[in-house]
Amino acid sequence: MMAKFKPKFDSRMILTLMALVLLIVICAIKDPRFLQIAYSGGRFTGPLIDILRDSAPYLMIATGMTFVISTAGIDLSVGAVMAVAGAVAMTSLENGSGSAGGALVAVALALGVCVLIGLWNGFLVAVIGLQAFITTLIMMLAGRGIAKVITHGQNVQAQNDTFAWLVNGKFLGLPFSWVLATLIVVGVALLMRKTALGIQIESVGLNQSASRMAGIQPRRIIFSVYVISAVLAGMAGIFSVGNVMRVEPAATGMTNEMDAILAVVIGGTSLLGGRFSLLGSYLGAMIIATLSKTIVWLGIPNEATPAFKAVIVIAVCVMQSSLLRKVFADAAKNRRKKVQGNNKAQTPQAEKLKAAKVGAAKEGGR
Amino acid sequence: MAKKNSFDFSAWIVQNMPKLPTYVAVIVLVAIMVIGHLVYGSFFTPRTISSLLNDNAYLIILAIAMTIPVLTGGIDLSIGAIIALSSVVGGTLANAGAPWPIVALVMILLGTLCGVLSGSLVRWFDMQPFIATLATMYLAQGIAAMISSKPIVLDKQFGLRLFAYKFMIYDGPKNQDLKISVGFLVAMLVLVVAYLIMHHTRTGRTIYAMGAPAKSSAGLMGLRTGRSLSSIYLLSGTLAGVAAVVYMASVGKGQNIMGQGWELNAVASAVIGGTIITGGYGYVLGASVGALVFAGINLIIVRDGTISPEATTIITGLLLLLFVLIQRAITSFAASRTTSENKPEGLDPGAPIDPTSDTGAVGAAPPPEVSRT
Repeated sequence: MMAKFKPKFDSRMILTLMALVLLIVICAIKDPRFLQIAYSGGRFTGPLIDILRDSAPYLMIATGMTFVISTAGIDLSVGAVMAVAGAVAMTSLENGSGSAGGALVAVALALGVCVLIGLWNGFLVAVIGLQAFITTLIMMLAGRGIAKVITHGQNVQAQNDTFAWLVNGKFLGLPFSWVLATLIVVGVALLMRKTALGIQIESVGLNQSASRMAGIQPRRIIFSVYVISAVLAGMAGIFSVGNVMRVEPAATGMTNEMDAILAVVIGGTSLLGGRFSLLGSYLGAMIIATLSKTIVWLGIPNEATPAFKAVIVIAVCVMQSSLLRKVFADAAKNRRKKVQGNNKAQTPQAEKLKAAKVGAAKEGGR
Repeated sequence: MAKKNSFDFSAWIVQNMPKLPTYVAVIVLVAIMVIGHLVYGSFFTPRTISSLLNDNAYLIILAIAMTIPVLTGGIDLSIGAIIALSSVVGGTLANAGAPWPIVALVMILLGTLCGVLSGSLVRWFDMQPFIATLATMYLAQGIAAMISSKPIVLDKQFGLRLFAYKFMIYDGPKNQDLKISVGFLVAMLVLVVAYLIMHHTRTGRTIYAMGAPAKSSAGLMGLRTGRSLSSIYLLSGTLAGVAAVVYMASVGKGQNIMGQGWELNAVASAVIGGTIITGGYGYVLGASVGALVFAGINLIIVRDGTISPEATTIITGLLLLLFVLIQRAITSFAASRTTSENKPEGLDPGAPIDPTSDTGAVGAAPPPEVSRT
């Protein structure tokens, strides 16, 4: 049975892994202390361990986004949902006791609210048939409003050791949040690949009517991916606020929808749907976490982060585009055989496309 | 049509489907003003009307800017960030001593540049519009934050403030003057130009054709969809730059958080004004009416005073959702009417159509545009 569940480790995955290593090498060149790992007080410490701890929210939202995108949808609301979950959890902790039970209640409440948000998004997309980006765009902005209403526009702080342990705790010396996030991803992966759910999601993303004729209920599948995405975003929100035990409704999870999309795209899941790679998204999320650390490590101002990430999204999407692949394929073809009228006719076109590509790449670099 | 003697309401709806939401927007605008006047008072006063028009000149421009991509089923999420970037750069230039025409030109051209970037990504690299413009949005936001994250206040005497100058139309008693600002006149100029582009040029008609349910049909007809795709985002970006000039002139400062979330306001205005979010139907005139409806609703929220400022994005979101749902109901109703009346016969939707075979027949279309299909 276990033999069947084998993550695909193809050439693209190796490229992703190489990108991750490259980022670490760049940081190590800037300052070799980046690779230092110390062991003190029963836990490992060091920049690399920080990356593991910080990666937990990215892992969650990237996993959720993977499913939504593979049904050819999008969830722009994950950042706002993180803020809502954080606001609910912190408000609950502020008013509740500092006990372990209080932490449990806070987590349950936060995830419960996220289920409701997921149901709302899923209902509008799957049942009413609204476009995913407009539905989740509404939630992206309204969600932040909800978070602000919950906290009355204030930043809320709270104390709870159990809740803080979720993020800052250690497990075999490693950050517990990363261990928990990895376990959740593995659990979700098993659910997707050991049952038919994963392949059903992919088939809905490929062709809704065809999958319906094949006996799949696309509505139910689409409904469920938005709920999964919202719950995982809620978990990301908990990880995100647990780090500092403080929620800032205007800042928590801000621009994280971009990170999630970026992680998914880097991981090789097509934005057009129909195919997903959880391992790819996992690596993608680790790259995002490393990238955020790299930006700090290299001393690039914090404000530049969105621009930095936008450039990478553009670069990755441009590299994945059929145009670029075609240009390369044409170039290879022309090199192999320079004759044939058909090829000759295509050459000026390829040249033209290439010129356009260079122009657009310059734009992207700005 | 089954019945001819009696007025067939559903047939009328189907026939007038494209214009219907725009009519509704006008009715809603009147209703808002009347209800506002009856409940809160002083809506139909020269002062309220002039502030409604002058303070929302930028929103009218943004709504027109957003209508153009939405007509093709796309979206431009970057317009809010363009305002942030333009205002920060404009403010910095102004304080460095640049003359105001240069400042205004640079601000508008920055919008154009962002639009060209989004347009190129959509056109050449098959990126979905919302991903491409989301990337542009973060890029513009990031660059704006890198330049300055503090408000940049314009000098009171700076020439750009000219856009905030108000012409006296009617000098009423006690502040009850009807005034029209230069910014509003710019918005009207934008409206006229956008109308001419959308309805009297080939590009405009191609944009409408590209909004058809089958996205490839315009390209298969030999229309230059690629060129139009570029112009769509170029237009929306440029108009966002114009809106930045108008807004910065009226508030007298620029900041990197300016314009945050305005893309939703613009989408809401366009949708309220009758632009169908899936594309194909809508008017720039409707969008400007939609912007006023949106502004009117906000005015009611402010006058009411019981809704906390934190909740405004929730109200905006719900409002947008309401109109999208109404549109969804109307379009699916119209679709069910048309399909039940003339069912396609003998059509094989699966038949392979070779887009390149059209090239010879049309001749004028260069290969990249056609190959996009």
